[in-house]
Amino acid sequence: MTQASLGESVVQKVVQAQNNGVAASATQTQPLWLLAEVTYRCPLHCAFCYNPTDYDKHTQNELTTEQWIQALRDARKLGAIQLGISGGEPLLRDDIEDIVIEAKKLGYYSNLITSGVGLTEKRIQAFKDGGLDHIQLSMHDITEEINNFITNTKTFELKKKVAAMIKGHGYPMVLNVVIHRYNIGHMKQILEMADALGAEYIELANTQYYGWSLVNRSQLMPTKEQVDEAERITNEFREKSGSKMKIFFVVPDYFSDRPKKCMNGWGEVFMIVTANGDVLPCHSARVLPNMQFPNVKDTGLEYSWKDSPAFNKYRGTDWMKEPCRTCDEKEKDLGGCRCQSFLLTGDAEAADPVCSKSPHHHLIEKAIEDSKNPVLAAQPIVFRNDKNSKKIIAGEFKELVDEFHALP
Amino acid sequence: MENPIQHTDIYALAHHHRFQWEEAQQSYVILFPEGMVKLHGGAGEVLKRLDGKANVGEIVADLKVTFPDADEIESDIIGMFELAVSKGWLRKV
Repeated sequence: MTQASLGESVVQKVVQAQNNGVAASATQTQPLWLLAEVTYRCPLHCAFCYNPTDYDKHTQNELTTEQWIQALRDARKLGAIQLGISGGEPLLRDDIEDIVIEAKKLGYYSNLITSGVGLTEKRIQAFKDGGLDHIQLSMHDITEEINNFITNTKTFELKKKVAAMIKGHGYPMVLNVVIHRYNIGHMKQILEMADALGAEYIELANTQYYGWSLVNRSQLMPTKEQVDEAERITNEFREKSGSKMKIFFVVPDYFSDRPKKCMNGWGEVFMIVTANGDVLPCHSARVLPNMQFPNVKDTGLEYSWKDSPAFNKYRGTDWMKEPCRTCDEKEKDLGGCRCQSFLLTGDAEAADPVCSKSPHHHLIEKAIEDSKNPVLAAQPIVFRNDKNSKKIIAGEFKELVDEFHALP
Repeated sequence: MENPIQHTDIYALAHHHRFQWEEAQQSYVILFPEGMVKLHGGAGEVLKRLDGKANVGEIVADLKVTFPDADEIESDIIGMFELAVSKGWLRKV
């Protein structure tokens, strides 16, 4: 018996918030996956954060509890079923308990995506009572040194405590580890740590380059050899440990010949409502030029999903130009990521430069070369924090964002 | 096969998995961390009979009564159990 005769894996999400890909087999235009980026405020300052570098603009105009609850109701009517409550750090809002209760009432399968900072016994008990289905905890490394360095905070001990708290409340242990140059050499130890914590799921999410991680690309990118070795270790661990821990290894697109089918297609299964109410088909869509994204303060989600020009713009394949238009693989990856195309080439409709058929593929090769350049690697990392966001908005760090066609 | 499905076995949905009817999709689904599976009609019929008490043999018998015209329904049902167990959607009670 094949899986096809039983059912289809509609959205087997192998990538999450830190990345922009959602792998899936089926296409249907229903926003099955709703990501609520409830705030951009965050106590961590991770160098690899995909959030927009100008997030500081959106920290004073967050949606109210009532607006979030309305958004959950409207999305559910459109077929949304998997709910991610993310950020920033969602726990910085004090109404996550209310959002969780409403999500349960509506029949969502809800997931709190958190750094763990702000999770207390009292709050986790309220989430449990309210019907939150699981908690995804970000971990950074097995060493205190790297954890504290890459997040620019002292959070190492806290994360271990929070992991125990999650387990203690009967939640599945779902870990997310963003992989970059500083922790890729610790893959085996990271997997052993996950195993020791009793993790049921672990996502090893190789950094993809959007937002802050694009600004810090030369400092974060590992070598191809390191990625291959990390994948080998992961496969070896997977064989040895069997099925008790599901391991998702998210391959970094820069080292592939073909682009990812970003978000499983523009406006196919994924919808994001951001802290200030913008409705987006992917995390970084606001970098695209000449696009007016709907906002829940002005229009309903049904209009956003079905009728807004922004959501319809890159659905399907009609918008494509060469080499995608006549490519026999165009249905497979839908030309990759529009944001990546625009950020790197200045043309959102160009083939994703990750593709070896792209006339801009040299940009990816150059980025890989740059990451081996010791001078660039030694430049200080721009950590994700309010101060740096304000500076970027004010036009500082120009030399770091100059080569991109929009503020990452 | 390592653990063949026995008629006397009782299965339940795996921990942290949820089975529900989705109106928007007009189908049953299984939800779990980071994923979801949309079930075809027959699979939904089997899953909704898992109450933690009925064993495989009883579910087969019940489905035979409900769908008297379905050919070879038993091997389909057993195959479904095998797959669902291998995917980690079901656990043995």
